[in-house]
Amino acid sequence: MTQEEICTQLKAQFGEAIAALSETKGDRFVVVKGEKIVDVCRFLKTTTGLEFDYCLDITAVDWPARKIIEVVFHLYSFAHRHGLVLKVETDREVPSIATVESVWKAATWLEREIYDLFGVNFTGHSDLRRILLPDDWVGYPLRKDYQEAGGYHGIGNERPDPLVQLSKVTDEKRKAIAAAVAAAAPAIVPAPPLGTSGPTPPPPTPLAPLAPSTATTTATATATTTAPVAAPAPGPERKG
Amino acid sequence: MTHPAPNLTEPGTGVLFTNTSLLDDAINLARKNSIHYLLFGLACCGIELMQTGGPRADLDRFAAIFRASPRQADLMIVAGTLTYKMAVRTKLLYDQMAEPKYVLSMGSCSNCGGLFQMSYSVCKGVDKIIPVDVYVPGCPPRPEALTEGLMRIQDIMMCERWKTKMRPGRVDPNAPMMITKPK
Amino acid sequence: MELDRAILRRTDRSDEEIVINFGPQHPSTHGVINFVTQTNGEVIRRSVPDIGYLHRGLEKIGELVPYPGYMPFTDRIDYLAAMFTNEGYAQAVERLLGVEVPLRANYIRAIAGELCRISNHFISIGSMSQDIGASTPFTHALRERESVNNLLEELCGARLTFNCHRIGGVAYDLPAGWGDKVLRFLDHLDSYIQEWDRLISFNEIYVERLANVGVITREKAIDFGLVGPNLRGSGVKWDIRRDMPYGAYPDFEFNIPVGTGRVGTVGDCWDRYYVRVQEIVESSKIVRQALAKLPEGEIAAKVPRKVKPEAGEAVGRVESARGDMLYYVVSDGSEKAYRLRVRTGSFMAMGIVEELSHGVMVADLIAIIASLDVVAPEIDR
Repeated sequence: MTQEEICTQLKAQFGEAIAALSETKGDRFVVVKGEKIVDVCRFLKTTTGLEFDYCLDITAVDWPARKIIEVVFHLYSFAHRHGLVLKVETDREVPSIATVESVWKAATWLEREIYDLFGVNFTGHSDLRRILLPDDWVGYPLRKDYQEAGGYHGIGNERPDPLVQLSKVTDEKRKAIAAAVAAAAPAIVPAPPLGTSGPTPPPPTPLAPLAPSTATTTATATATTTAPVAAPAPGPERKG
Repeated sequence: MTHPAPNLTEPGTGVLFTNTSLLDDAINLARKNSIHYLLFGLACCGIELMQTGGPRADLDRFAAIFRASPRQADLMIVAGTLTYKMAVRTKLLYDQMAEPKYVLSMGSCSNCGGLFQMSYSVCKGVDKIIPVDVYVPGCPPRPEALTEGLMRIQDIMMCERWKTKMRPGRVDPNAPMMITKPK
Repeated sequence: MELDRAILRRTDRSDEEIVINFGPQHPSTHGVINFVTQTNGEVIRRSVPDIGYLHRGLEKIGELVPYPGYMPFTDRIDYLAAMFTNEGYAQAVERLLGVEVPLRANYIRAIAGELCRISNHFISIGSMSQDIGASTPFTHALRERESVNNLLEELCGARLTFNCHRIGGVAYDLPAGWGDKVLRFLDHLDSYIQEWDRLISFNEIYVERLANVGVITREKAIDFGLVGPNLRGSGVKWDIRRDMPYGAYPDFEFNIPVGTGRVGTVGDCWDRYYVRVQEIVESSKIVRQALAKLPEGEIAAKVPRKVKPEAGEAVGRVESARGDMLYYVVSDGSEKAYRLRVRTGSFMAMGIVEELSHGVMVADLIAIIASLDVVAPEIDR
């Protein structure tokens, strides 16, 4: 059956509670009134010809601009190979919807996850408690206005960004350090190892070039080592 | 066999193998060649940990065997992302290990939060909970990198004196959760 | 703790029973999962999975990161079969954009995906054998997996978290001579799988441990929303590659192995295990066909650098190694997703464990969990 036919059958049964099939870009969906969702789901599952026996997914989307939290049902039928997307709009201040656990057992855990991350209350649910976050977590993270609490049980959530600290060394500072090291180099003489007394070993001489063609490369190599290394551009401030 | 004192003015001289006596060397040799690591694979790095213990990059040739119980382990390889929910248990497992114990943080997630630093439920690094001895970077680190990390733990073990039991960061088990203070 | 109170509220506990935690750190739970088990020592009254120890907020990160930048995060959702998670996300965004993927890219996706499926199933059957008690098959499985890791590393540079697909195609073309290496590996694999069967699959002890344990009937499997080998082990012949074909799969011929109750009941642990063994054989067939028919062409469609789809929503579904994985992406016209939802097979499989745990022994619970082939990040995301 096509989605239009399913929609007409639903409208015939439930009338006002079913809105028309959406026309937005992408997959099409049907908006259902919250009070009738359990009846609609049971109808979809049990009617011959429809038989949506498989609950693919139940999820939620937070729309603060429209002041709703949408609960989205993806349904599928193995027997007839057709699918449908239902949406229920719940009030964002006190989001609440009846549970469809009695229709598909898969809904039990899916609804618990929505309660955990969005705060939607599922009336009639057998076991509504947090599933992914710790039991004493405060807040509903997937809402758009969620603010992190700044840690959990004393563990902070800040980590200093090493790039920020590295970028505090500016180009001038780097040149000054390099110049100071170069100026002081002949004065530092490696001390003789303990237990031996003898003349200090001479400083190592650079290797003779292997062939005339490599003479220029070695000269440029030594030239570039004393040049200051460009400082990396400071990256954007990353939140801890 | 006393090793000469380090030559600190010349770069390249380390402080390894310097302050230990012959007895220390013998004890440390035995300790470093029988490391039992706690199977603490949390996420993707846990799979690379398993592969490192597998036939190709064999951890068993260092005689490093995995143990499931922290009571029988002396190295805790934290492999994977640490979430706040898991952090409480991590501290519990660390406290259950007997001294001397070491921690190897494997992968960027346990080093610093890694890829998930912007997430609300991820602990930004296992060193917020327990003191870490060796950090192995990577996402996930190759088996060769983890083997190198294990060898660095072995080097740490070789430097220790039996008398003083030099250990980084002793932890008071009764202290509140926030442990690591900058040295 | 709230969970303990939840258990005590629902059943009255006799004096001889204890409530213990299996996990979250446990060698046999596949990742950090905790099973709060009420048992009298050997027989379990009920076992409730307690998840969330690896909840990394991947769905929230989807709202903070632009579309192309989210690809490495999809790897971490299921790191054992990362090619499929990449592909599913790419499919969803491609549907939003209306982009058509070139045929060669689809073939490369299929080849990489099926190799990944082989790799994942080896870990699954190997660790299942270890959970039952046989440790040799696990090292065998790791060894075979190393070969696949080498091949995929040559393709895209990473052993585990590939980040190989892009929105519009794939990132890397097949290297020269790679096809021959793959064929040599598959020749070895086809003979090795028979050795594996002789080693463990029909081993008397193994069969005794797994037959008639954790039976999931067909109706229960559909009602609880199971997918993949879990669903096929119960006799439901459903595979997205054949029933809702995508990519290059219409060009390939392969069977869909289904649980038949060969050594016990349909839908027991052994059926789910053997479906995976048979799927390895089927995957090797698909890779051979794909390499033989590989077309020339582009490896990625032209997609703008800043991916900004129009407002709308789309669903991408792939047959991952663990089952049908659904990506639901809602866009509001900006360059970051408005809502990104991943529905994974392992999450639904965890929902059925409590139902199956009544009256089983502790060792059987381990076998049930192993046969469902769950991986913690898929459950927790």
